[in-house]
Amino acid sequence: MARRPRIAVYKFASCDGCQLSILDLEDELLTITENFEIAYFLEASRAVVKGPYDIGLVEGSITTPHEAELIKEIRKNCKVLITIGACATAGGIQALRNWGRSAEFMKYVYPKPEYIEILDKSTPVSDHVPVDFELRGCPINKYQLLEVMSAYLAGRAPNIPNQSVCNECKLKGNVCIMVAKGIPCLGPVTHAGCGAICPAYGRGCYGCYGPRESPNSRPLMKRFIELGKPQEEAVMAFRLFNAWAPGFREVKAED
Amino acid sequence: MTAREREYRVDYLARVEGEGALYIKLMGREVVDVKFRIFEPPRLFEALLVGRMYYDVPDITARICGICPIAYQMSSIHAFEKLFRVAIDPAVRSLRRLYYSGEWIESHMLHAFLLHAPDFLGYDDAVKMAKKHPEVVKNALKLKKLGNDIVALLGGREIHPVAACVGGFYRVPSKRVLAGMKERLVEGLEIAGRLLEWVADLDFPDFEQDYEFVALRHPDEYPMNEGRIVSNKGLDIAVEQYEDYFAEEQMPHSNALHSYIIGRGAYMVGPLSRINLNYDKLHDRTKEVLRAIGFKVPCRNPFKSIIARVAETHYAVEESLRIIDEYVEPPSPRVEPQVRAGRAHGCTEAPRGILYHRYDVDDEGRILSAKIVPPTAQNQKRIEEDLKALAPEIMRLPRSQAIWRFEQAVRNYDPCISCSVHFLKLEIEEE
Repeated sequence: MARRPRIAVYKFASCDGCQLSILDLEDELLTITENFEIAYFLEASRAVVKGPYDIGLVEGSITTPHEAELIKEIRKNCKVLITIGACATAGGIQALRNWGRSAEFMKYVYPKPEYIEILDKSTPVSDHVPVDFELRGCPINKYQLLEVMSAYLAGRAPNIPNQSVCNECKLKGNVCIMVAKGIPCLGPVTHAGCGAICPAYGRGCYGCYGPRESPNSRPLMKRFIELGKPQEEAVMAFRLFNAWAPGFREVKAED
Repeated sequence: MTAREREYRVDYLARVEGEGALYIKLMGREVVDVKFRIFEPPRLFEALLVGRMYYDVPDITARICGICPIAYQMSSIHAFEKLFRVAIDPAVRSLRRLYYSGEWIESHMLHAFLLHAPDFLGYDDAVKMAKKHPEVVKNALKLKKLGNDIVALLGGREIHPVAACVGGFYRVPSKRVLAGMKERLVEGLEIAGRLLEWVADLDFPDFEQDYEFVALRHPDEYPMNEGRIVSNKGLDIAVEQYEDYFAEEQMPHSNALHSYIIGRGAYMVGPLSRINLNYDKLHDRTKEVLRAIGFKVPCRNPFKSIIARVAETHYAVEESLRIIDEYVEPPSPRVEPQVRAGRAHGCTEAPRGILYHRYDVDDEGRILSAKIVPPTAQNQKRIEEDLKALAPEIMRLPRSQAIWRFEQAVRNYDPCISCSVHFLKLEIEEE
């Protein structure tokens, strides 16, 4: 049997949810370990197999000088580098501090902020090193991760559709909550992948898969105001887990 | 280093959630330094929340932790509902317990069998353990999946589910859909019983401490969403009084903020505390299995927290069955809250222990200030004290075994470092 591809899983600033998705593949977990060598995955194992690795899965955003160095080392050590989730791909919820002054945010949380070195901004991995594939979502869809891993084994490109959440609503047969009920929804500008969960639950999409290609966010923000949202809150709708992603980042209050 | 000095170091602690390290220094038989270091990067949640609207808080704080997002949703939702005087339907209240039960099941099974059990048997991880104990690992995964499926059934997905909101749920399941879970829950209860027997047979180090156990206590039920904060040493307060009795301090050697009870010191939160303080509220079948395996409260051996975790899983499956049987669809999934200004307090039982939230809100629902105290921050001082107490015994072991045993002692607490770090000090040691 050929050598199993070696996988390493790394964590930067994040909630752990995306790497947890691997352990949440309960039915597939033991099959995955038969096909891949999980060589570095500290959340799951004390044992560490030295690199280089065939695949590096990276969760989390880059927020400290140490992390900015570390990601360069990791890039050198992984043939294919895949970011998993909104933090690694767009900077995450912690990128909200990018609009303010990090020093003041630090003072708010820590009595002695001078002990902790952080970068001024929380940024995606692709701002620091070349990334081979980005998997969206807060959290990622674990079956999309499985698809990426299967595609690697088969030597083909992963089948991750680049559509909007609206397409997923249509496929599911959801009635459009924005048209029918006037509920503000980020579906039209948001990348597909979740399966349109929120609209199916009667709430507006909150954009956790980040902007789709050419999202045209500004008119949607204005539509939210027409539907009764104060401007401040209409802008805030874009400032969640993918706030720093180009396509959402530019949305701002207007006169 | 002199001949009498010994250092134990684990630079990157495995099988815990997040990034932490251990440092223990002994001089002869005396422990001179113990540090459970946290180097997870800070994400500054409390600061990010200021200026946001109350309705975004449950979804934002959920992102503190991918393992226990429901706990964060629940503590914040209860805080705002109390401030806004929202009365929720009893069926919605029950569904929240079901939601929380799902999270306890998945989180406890993850920790007990994928992260903690390998320590007791000397395996690096659960995959290696699965080669010798395939049934145990498969059953634990099956139960973990059941917990995740309960969460996904109610909330659309297992991690960062989307259904809960201030005032209730965006959507509630039909009686028929819930009833579809019953068969798997009945099987799950049986599996949980067998897993409980299995963990009871593990080899436990002989180690007991005089802990102050802290947990919620509710007159009618095993605590999840509501109750008073009580301890085995006389504490009995309302959630609103939390900050009068608990505080955080900065330790001179570690730069880490540690929670303590004012005037008393370290305390323990989590499954062992909950079961010690609320044993009488467990359902009958859970008590039966516990009697059969000879588990008695109070249990003061932290290594046996794995038994408490599996016992709570058994309880949560039993509770889920009860809720599904008694469920009547509520007339409306949620009520629209009447926003008003004031201070909101919430405290619920996350899988790892009490999770306290406090917010100041203006009259439009804007957050003016936020404070979040996660369970791991509360256990941190206690973890270090356990390491100190264990060190003289552990240092007799060969070095690699000693380090492993120290790691295991930390994992007793199922530390969730992502949770604690928006709050804990990052230590930078220069050497």
